[in-house]
Amino acid sequence: MTTQAAPKTQVNLVGLSRADYKGHNSTLCAGCGHNSISNQIIAALYELNVVPETVVKFSGIGCSSKSPTYFLNRSFGFNGLHGRMPSLALGALFADHTLKGIGVSGDGDTASIGMGQFKHVVRRNLPMVYIVENNGVYGLTKGQFSATAERGLELKRQGVNKYFPVDICMEALIGRASFVARSFAGDPKQVKEIFKAAFSHRGIAVIDIISPCVTFHNKEDSFHSYTWGKEHEIALHDITYVPARDEITIEDFEEGSVREVTLHDGATIVLKKLDRDYDPTNIYEALRVLHEAEDNNWLLTGILYVNPNTPTIFDMYNLPETPLNRLPAEKLRPSRESFERLMKSMEF
Amino acid sequence: MSQLRPASIMESGSVGGKIVNDFCITFSTVNGSGSATANTIILKSLFRMGIPVNGKNIFPSNIQGLPTWYSIRLSKKGYLARVEMDHIVVAMNPATLATEMQFLVPGGVLFYPDDFKVDLGREDVILYPMPVKRLIKEADAPQNLRDYMANMVYVGVVAQMLGIDLGIIYQVLDAHFKGKKKAVESNWSVIQAAANWAKENLEKRDPYYVEPMPPMEGYIITEGNVASALGALYGGVQLTAWYPITPASSLAESVMEYLPQLRTDPETGKTTCVVIQAEDEIAAIGMAVGAGWAGLRAMTSTSGPGISLMAEYLGLAYYAEVPVVVWDVQRVGPSTGLPTRTAQGDLTFVNFISHGDTEYVILLPGNVKECFEFGWKSFDIAERLQTPVIILSDLDLGMNYHISPRFEYPDQPMDRGKVLWEEDLEKMLQKLDGKWGRYLDVDGDGIPYRTLPGNRHPASAYFARGTGHDEMTRYSEDPDVWERGLNRLKRKIHNNLHLLPEPVIERMEGAKFAIIGFGSTDPAIQEARDLLAEAGFPTDYMRIRSLPFRNEVGGFLEQYDHAYVVELNRDGQLKQLLTINFPESGSRLRQVSHVDGMPMTAKWIVERILSMEDK
Repeated sequence: MTTQAAPKTQVNLVGLSRADYKGHNSTLCAGCGHNSISNQIIAALYELNVVPETVVKFSGIGCSSKSPTYFLNRSFGFNGLHGRMPSLALGALFADHTLKGIGVSGDGDTASIGMGQFKHVVRRNLPMVYIVENNGVYGLTKGQFSATAERGLELKRQGVNKYFPVDICMEALIGRASFVARSFAGDPKQVKEIFKAAFSHRGIAVIDIISPCVTFHNKEDSFHSYTWGKEHEIALHDITYVPARDEITIEDFEEGSVREVTLHDGATIVLKKLDRDYDPTNIYEALRVLHEAEDNNWLLTGILYVNPNTPTIFDMYNLPETPLNRLPAEKLRPSRESFERLMKSMEF
Repeated sequence: MSQLRPASIMESGSVGGKIVNDFCITFSTVNGSGSATANTIILKSLFRMGIPVNGKNIFPSNIQGLPTWYSIRLSKKGYLARVEMDHIVVAMNPATLATEMQFLVPGGVLFYPDDFKVDLGREDVILYPMPVKRLIKEADAPQNLRDYMANMVYVGVVAQMLGIDLGIIYQVLDAHFKGKKKAVESNWSVIQAAANWAKENLEKRDPYYVEPMPPMEGYIITEGNVASALGALYGGVQLTAWYPITPASSLAESVMEYLPQLRTDPETGKTTCVVIQAEDEIAAIGMAVGAGWAGLRAMTSTSGPGISLMAEYLGLAYYAEVPVVVWDVQRVGPSTGLPTRTAQGDLTFVNFISHGDTEYVILLPGNVKECFEFGWKSFDIAERLQTPVIILSDLDLGMNYHISPRFEYPDQPMDRGKVLWEEDLEKMLQKLDGKWGRYLDVDGDGIPYRTLPGNRHPASAYFARGTGHDEMTRYSEDPDVWERGLNRLKRKIHNNLHLLPEPVIERMEGAKFAIIGFGSTDPAIQEARDLLAEAGFPTDYMRIRSLPFRNEVGGFLEQYDHAYVVELNRDGQLKQLLTINFPESGSRLRQVSHVDGMPMTAKWIVERILSMEDK
């Protein structure tokens, strides 16, 4: 009998195992779409060979905002205030522009109290992935309508929703987001691929993920339910994210049926058309298909819009290469000579 | 009260008794007419002549058209608080002549454009009409600058009549326009023509004179908001997030103004500080808290309405132990209130801000020099204690010019507090057998060690939150854990009160009672103490400069039969906080407070205290 070596833990290119990307056990309800998203974030970052210490997690308040503790224990994170994750992330990421932010928000957190900060962080093009785990309902406070709930939806205790819903992707597009996508938590493969593309995008990457609430909002006929989602989902295209270092790109794709978008780090997203030749660099088309989907009651998923060339907020400031939070005191306190000059000028 | 003594009127109708360097002159103009330059030039020229001066803007919340006043007090004795009456008024706004008469002392002086219909209803005023339109026309000023140039006419006429050195006016003008020849010359030609006209045509009939005094060596003149901004820049501020609000805007704008010259790294040409105009105050504090958490020296500057919006993030920062500096340049009232008027009305609000148990380090600068000093020190305190530091300035201190001894370059190296980078963390882990946690009180002083995002050590990361957490940053709803954490926060600050500015205590021989104050009321209190002493009531004085109160504060209160707490708010907010903190002394404190939007005067303080002493 040959001696069997202890089974080696599989590691990625940076020598880390999947376990190095894990978080604490989820305390969300069993079957919650948010857990599935956390798992795909873990898988994506493992596959992308990302060192966890180069990522910072942010969230606001709500079920969604708890989820950053369920992935990447080795990354710093800050659970901020309701609707105010964007400002927190913006301030923190200025401390070290080499870090990548992952923000997790919900429909209440983003589309209600946080609408202002959402629109402004998008407009500033802060390099981070901004995930909205969108279930159309307030879970932690036990089942009130959110601003993304569809009109006419009926919920126990709340009655019928009177108002038109906010479409997060449309808001992002109008706000000049440089990457906008929609996915469905019940389609983990797509969630993962879109997340990979978003993570590699240099700029704000908004992903609106319809993530059904199994406890308070999973009526079979509602937009944010699994059953509805599964039946009505129309993927814009099959997306395969190909990292720059990997040359085996697009053999699998039929010529003429692919649309490539090169991301800032040289990586490429390849969009496979399903029924149309969708151009994700065309913002008019993105808005058109969203309106069309709304009219037809489709859950349109995929990468709706990408502009990899928009300057990020860090491009707008003359930042040093050394992260600001690593600058020594002598770089921060102006000289005594400058002080003397100033005092002299104030004698007038 | 000596500073308000009117000119004595002679039987002949002329006024006798020369009054030198001890009067108040008010310029009454229309908002938006560009009078600020003219007023500043006169103020700075007086300062250059060695005369102690203070200028106060009394302006409406308006861009153009409403009346605005600028009062300059000259005081050879160095009293620089506001006075309630004017000795000289330069009336450039016909709509407010009646108002000016209410404040002009008997025998006072009125300068006015000669095309105004002057029906004052009083005989005692000395009138100096000025041919403003003619002089402007002769100066051939461009049409669009005529209103603005009209202000230069009064600069020239007033300078000539009072004896302000024209050579110094030219120097100040040159400095003001940073040597821009065209601007300097066009203004100067009007000033000179106006002075010449006054010399040839006006006979001096008033008693008010300006005479040079020994130069004020070692003194500067500046605004509090500029001083605060410079303090922050010398304190190494790395991120300033702000939202426009009167009277705080000029603080952040001054950071922007001085940033390129002071904070561009000479080696790399890159900036070491960023300024972001946020979408609102809620985002401004969010950005500052994010940056403070991630290891930047971060601040925001605002006024009362903005502070209201910052309440929740301040509470989170206190509990998550995030260093951040917040300037509150106070103004009057809630909502819009009186946005261009001054007050000390935010003290109790700021002290108790946010829900749950909180406690903030609050610094209370009393002059522009302290605005600078607390500007840099606040970052050392915030980072050492890992907590928000709020600095209360106000409109009077922030937006008006004050003379001051030169500031002092920071006399201590920067204290970045207990931060663990990779190697530090490795050592700490070895020392603690691998059991380090972000909120663990390793040294027993209540202050834990923190790591910062960007630290590549695999054990460096933690998840910050307001939710219950234990020493190892684990989520916890355990009652003991919560209470332990909350009590450590209290201990952390109270163990380290020696880091906060101590109260300034000044004594007089034979003091019967004490006066207590804070912030910008200092000049009025100082003057009031002299007046009280003249009236037979010498006083001791404690100016409180920080909260939570240091031990000296309680010790001082115990020494007096009674003490007057002087402040610019309705409810006596400092007195309230003193009473809460030192209940045994509370019944011996007397409230001397009011708020009407105007800076405190010595006269008001004296009258209030004397009326209470009579009882």
